[in-house]
Parts: sequence; C-alpha cells; structure tokens
Amino acid sequence: MKAYVSVFKLRMANGMQYRIAALAGVATQLFFGLIFIMILVAFYRHGGAEMPITLPQLAAYIWLQQACLSLIMLWFRDNELFQLITTGNIAYELCRPTNTYGFWFAKLLAMRLSSAIMRCIPVLFIAFLLPEPYRMSLPPSPVHLILFVVALILGLIILVAISMLIYISTFITMSPTGSLLVFALSGEFLAGLTVPIPLFPGWLQNIIYALPFHWTADFPFRVYSGHISAHDAWLSFPQQLAWIVILVGLGMIAMRAALKRVVVQGG
Amino acid sequence: MITVNGINKSFKVAKRTAGVGSAFKALFRREYTDVAALSDISFSIGQGEIVGYIGPNGAGKSTTIKVMSGILVPDSGTCSIMGYTPWQDRVKYVKHIGVVFGQRSQLWWDVPVIDSFELLRDIYDVPESEYRGNLTLLTETLDLSGILHTPVRQLSLGQRMRCELAASLLHSPSILFLDEPTIGLDAVSKLAVRDFIKVMNKEKGVTVILTTHDMNDIEALAQRILLIGKGRLLYDGGVEDLRGRYAADNASIEDVIVQMYKEYQIT
Repeated sequence: MKAYVSVFKLRMANGMQYRIAALAGVATQLFFGLIFIMILVAFYRHGGAEMPITLPQLAAYIWLQQACLSLIMLWFRDNELFQLITTGNIAYELCRPTNTYGFWFAKLLAMRLSSAIMRCIPVLFIAFLLPEPYRMSLPPSPVHLILFVVALILGLIILVAISMLIYISTFITMSPTGSLLVFALSGEFLAGLTVPIPLFPGWLQNIIYALPFHWTADFPFRVYSGHISAHDAWLSFPQQLAWIVILVGLGMIAMRAALKRVVVQGG
Repeated sequence: MITVNGINKSFKVAKRTAGVGSAFKALFRREYTDVAALSDISFSIGQGEIVGYIGPNGAGKSTTIKVMSGILVPDSGTCSIMGYTPWQDRVKYVKHIGVVFGQRSQLWWDVPVIDSFELLRDIYDVPESEYRGNLTLLTETLDLSGILHTPVRQLSLGQRMRCELAASLLHSPSILFLDEPTIGLDAVSKLAVRDFIKVMNKEKGVTVILTTHDMNDIEALAQRILLIGKGRLLYDGGVEDLRGRYAADNASIEDVIVQMYKEYQIT
C-alpha cells in the first residue's frame, strides 16, 4: 500500500510544478465557460417552451465542468504512460514488486488531482463574481455540497478506470491516437460535456443512463445544483460503486492478459 | 543460485518487400516470419559470480536478461532463480533483484534524484535504517552527494548512469542484472562504474550478470563469460582460457573476441 501512496504523493508534487500551464488552463477554462453559457443563454431566450433545467442550474453545470476539467476529461492524459508502453520503458515498471494496475491508477489519480487543485479554485472564484446570468450559484444546501463531493470522487474513480482501458489498449495498438479519439469523443458526449444531458431527448437520455460516462460529470454537477435531489443522489451511489467494481475488474483482467504477451523490443 | 534450462523464445516479425504494390498486398494478407531470439539456452550461475554476457547486436542478450528478470515469458524452458520462476512469481521474485537497462531510465525526469530514490524505498518497502545505510554507502562509492538534489533532466549521462546504478541497489538485491551499463559513458565514468560493480560484488556478495559491447568491461570485471550468437549459447567459460585458445599473449581482448565471432560465424 505504501508504494501506491508514495507514487501518488510524488506524482502530486511533480504535477504542481507546472505553474504556467495551470495559469494558461485557468484562462482557457474561463473563456470556454463564458462561450458555452452565452450559447445557452441565447438558446433559452428564444427557446420558448418549458425547459427541463433552469438557467442558473445550467450555469453551475458549465462552471463546474470548466473548473473540474482535469477530473472529468478523458483526453487529459499522462503521455509518459503511453511512452512507457510504446518505447519499452515498461521494462522497469515490470521489475518492481507492485501491481502495475494499482501503480498506474495511483499515478493517474494524482496527475488529475494536482492539476485540478491548481485550476479549480481560481476558475470558481471568478465565476462567483460574474454578473447574472453568468454567475456561479451556491448549492441549495450544505448537504448538496457534501453529496456533490462524494459523487465527484466516485465519478473520478470511474473516469480513471475507463482511462486505464485506453492505456491498456495501447499494448495492442501501439499508438494511443485511435483509442484516445474514440474514447474521448464518445465519452465526452455521453458525459454531457458537449451538450448538458437534461437537454437531450428522452430516448437518448435512457441510453446514456445505461452507460458509465454520465456518472463522471453530469451526475455530480446536477447533484450540486439540486437538479437531482439529495434523496435520489443517495440512491444513486450504489450504482456508481457498481460501475467502479465492473470497470476496475475489467481493467485488471485486461492488464494481466496484456502483460503476459508483452514484447519489449530493442535495447 | 541461477539455473536456466532450455529456454526458447521467438518473436513474430511482419515482412514485406519494398514498394507501394506490396504495401497494398499487405493490407489483405500479412506475412510473418518467426525469428528465434533464443533457442535452447541453458546455463547456471553460482552465488557471488560476476558473469559477462556477450555477443553481437541482436544476438539475444537483452532478451535473456528480460526473461531472467521476469519481464518476458519464454515460449518454453525452465528457469529457477533463488527458487523462483521469474515470470510466474514476478512480484515476490523481483524484490531480490536489481536491474539496470543502460538505454532506459528508471528515474523521474522532472524531480530531484532523491525523490525517485525515496519512491523506490517505498515501492520495495525497505526499512528506514537499511535505506539510510545503503544510501550512504552508494553516495560515497558513486560520488553522488553533489547531484542527489538535482532534477534528473539536468544531469549528464555519466551522472545519470551512476544514479541509475544506485537506484537499482537501494533494496539490497542479491542479484544485479546490468544491460549495457557503460553504453555512451566517457572513460572516467566507465572506470567509476566498473569499480563500483567490483565493490558491490566483494563487499555485499552481489551476483552480477552484465551484458556489454565494451570488452574492457569484461576484462576488468568478469571471471567468466557467456557468448551468445543468433540465439544460441556458444561458449561458457573463463576469460583466460579464451586468450589461450584464440590469440597470442599480447593480443587485446578485443582481438580475441573478433576471432571468436569469426570462428562461430556470428558477425
């Protein structure tokens, strides 16, 4: 266990070194947050019909997306891990007395968290100061805030478990581009990062709820704004946990199979 | 201590002739040839030996090291090292070995060397007192005191290689596999590395298996050499015997090896 905690800490420390990257990230996220909300405001003004989610709830949804970007985006990746696989540096990883799946999992968690810590606070701080309708709102009660944090953490574990499948697929394809593109694009769409999921037609929503992606972003953000009630949030946690068990189990099996037939070339 | 018996390993290599025509054909039918990287390799090595493992490029040296360190699974054959089968009991086994791949790095690129060392301490779960002792000894013999707090990316190749060697010995392994540890090093660093290997072998009784293309490494270190060519083990014996067999007394070790490669037709 100590090994996993230690690599987590070192990866955190490593990630927090990149200050300028974080600053650039904050600027980008503010820009995109504003643009997305502008589009939605225009859409709401001329939409007319009864909307399935209120505009302030939607603003919170978008700002949380931007602030937590590195916790919810599948394209946010550790290129070092891809290089490890394609260049054969994985040789070193394999002569350590650790479970490679767990080791990488800890590394990826730390990478996402270190990046999120540096970006989310400035983005949220500015979002709270903006004028209506762009302003970020507080959750309806402290209970919602706690439930949101729990949902986000469970969602993060689901997301890293999904991203592990991308890394493992590189053992077979030897190039991360294909699986990254497929996973990132479809995953983003199905997690409500392109269009918020409450605005989707009903039949599509039903498909999305049967898949794991919306648990990583859409679900925690709607818990925050109160669009999903505290009661329903409680009832949903077992489903998040079930997805964690399924995805981690799948990843571990796939990893074991991949390592058995690994070929370390050159050198 | 180490018994290798009848190891075979072959790789699949995709083959086609040059040109667009054959590239097009390969879209539909791809031809593979099996390349035997290792065929029927057997040897045994006793505790405290330093064994030089030599052969031309592509002979199978690194493949053997990778099989013995549990990274590659051979097609057939058995291997017992300290009672373990490397690729089956990988996690338990690798605690007892240290590995250095001269052409790869196990240190974290963006953080000071000491951070990587402390991570390794936790990965191998080395008790604090043992870690302190090893670190002091390694810092002295490899002259690391000035560079422990420097980020790895700012080290020269020679400095980095000294750190790589130290990194692979922090957990007091009983066997050390060195795959081209002197590649690309200047004369001073080479001598430092050689002296260090000797000291570790004498003082801590570490068994060393090293591959190299620098015959001076072999002459300075190894009492025994294994020669491999085209995947077959061709010679197993003392360095001095070789000299008697192939050349006059004043011939350099380089000449002896060239003679030998010629005789076995493996160049």
